[in-house]
Amino acid sequence: MKYAFWPGCSVPRQGTPELRISAVAVCQKLGIELEELSYAPCTGSGILQGKDLLLADTLNASTFAIAEVMELPLMTICSTCQGVLSQANKRMRDKPGHLAQVNQALAQQDMEYSGKVEVKHLVWVLVEDYGLDRLKAAVVKPLAGLRVAPFYGCYIVRPSAALGFAEHPERKDSLERVIAALGAEVVDFRGKNLCCGYPLVGVNDETSAAMVGNHTSEAKEKGADCMATPCPLCHMNLDGVQPAAAEQRSERIGLPILHLTQLMGLALGIAPPDLGFDRHAVSVKGVLEKLGY
Amino acid sequence: MEARLRVRRFDPESGDGARYQSYALEVPSYATVLDTLLQIRDDLDGSLALRCSCRSAICGSCAMRINGQARLACKTKVLALAPDGEEITVEPMGNMPVIKDLVTDMASFWSKVKAIGPWLQPVGPSPKREYLVPQETTRDLTEVMACIMCGACVSDCATLETELGLGKDPDATFLGPAALAKAYRFVADPRDGADGQRLLALSRAEGIWDCTRCNICVEVCPKGVAPLEQILALRRKAIEAGYEENLGARHTLEFEKTVRESAWL
Repeated sequence: MKYAFWPGCSVPRQGTPELRISAVAVCQKLGIELEELSYAPCTGSGILQGKDLLLADTLNASTFAIAEVMELPLMTICSTCQGVLSQANKRMRDKPGHLAQVNQALAQQDMEYSGKVEVKHLVWVLVEDYGLDRLKAAVVKPLAGLRVAPFYGCYIVRPSAALGFAEHPERKDSLERVIAALGAEVVDFRGKNLCCGYPLVGVNDETSAAMVGNHTSEAKEKGADCMATPCPLCHMNLDGVQPAAAEQRSERIGLPILHLTQLMGLALGIAPPDLGFDRHAVSVKGVLEKLGY
Repeated sequence: MEARLRVRRFDPESGDGARYQSYALEVPSYATVLDTLLQIRDDLDGSLALRCSCRSAICGSCAMRINGQARLACKTKVLALAPDGEEITVEPMGNMPVIKDLVTDMASFWSKVKAIGPWLQPVGPSPKREYLVPQETTRDLTEVMACIMCGACVSDCATLETELGLGKDPDATFLGPAALAKAYRFVADPRDGADGQRLLALSRAEGIWDCTRCNICVEVCPKGVAPLEQILALRRKAIEAGYEENLGARHTLEFEKTVRESAWL
């Protein structure tokens, strides 16, 4: 199994280097071969799309074009990247005129995109390509007794028309399936596919923090020991803004937020110091203690 | 086939809080949730309050939360949601006060639609004959013109839910997807001459930049209006028109600058 690997802004100097470190480590453990894209620009994160849609789609088409030359399917480790790439792909596939316009821009860099590259988040790769039985077999330290609340965020669940849910209905609960395969207990809660509030940071911090507070508090009330997310932006807000959210609500929350790949790493026997937990704002000590570390 | 509905009931005159009531009844296999609710009202429980009119997904009266998501009851088949006879939960729309059972008070919804000035405001002398509109522009407006003002997008809007949860006055909260999509309908109309004022007003707090881009409005809209796409189009037009003195536009421009310079954040 081999994928063209799109690390997104989890590159070392960016917000969540621990995501990239843990993703590479778990893929190595599982025998999922990753070939990193030689060059891949930011997806625009849904922000650039509110300024220049053609530029945003051209950047994403260049990412697809590179994967196409590599003759490999594209794998992401970020829900937002996944959603933005999927939406760009859909626009280009639905409107050949748009793809032609994008290709005109790409031609300036001797690139061309056919519109045919498949892009999959790691959580979909696990469920669809790798197989949950195989994942279960690779678990050396089952997360028995750990209660994990899944947090999808937005981009990997909406708009469903761009995300292939009709052809792949298993994508709808892929996160729960993976968490269960690791031996942990899934804690269901309403906020799991609502917005984490990240897009409102710096624009409406009060509302953004309230979203963090609502979701983390609800998950904690439902008895979760931690939350696991396939999105680094959700992680940044749910973890980093959680202290401010707790203050806003005048309550203690203290819910550890794990990247899905960190949770996987724990189950696959990777030592906690190698999973980058030291970068978290909310301590994951409780989770590690529960697992006997 | 048997349909089983669990309906949220609320009667302000009773003095009691909201409660859920379950109904089971025989309906034809093609029955919609609305057909089933009307049959309940006709045959089982005349006290059930709901709004509906056309029964054909045209009037927008019967939006309600069905299995946790805003939908038109007349466009939602029982069989599609409950192929194995599962119970379907029916609740009034969210983000608005409930008057009774499935009937909500849409006053704030309408005041926000009115706030964007939902009528053509042409400038200059009227043309001698009809206004001629280029076909390309009309095509751009077809999505927003399909809006039937049902309120589904506002019901499930995450920004609005969060702001109401903070206890804000409903009229001082986020304008919301329906009003903003309606605003785009006029901003993008070549006959309208008030673009500048409109975009300036929409760039203020609780306007286009307070949308959290969660795509719920796109997902729940029964008519393919794609409100978020219209909000993004308004953002592009607002920046293009020079309305940059706000946090949202500045953040977007800074983001663009960095991506253009390094292709990275």
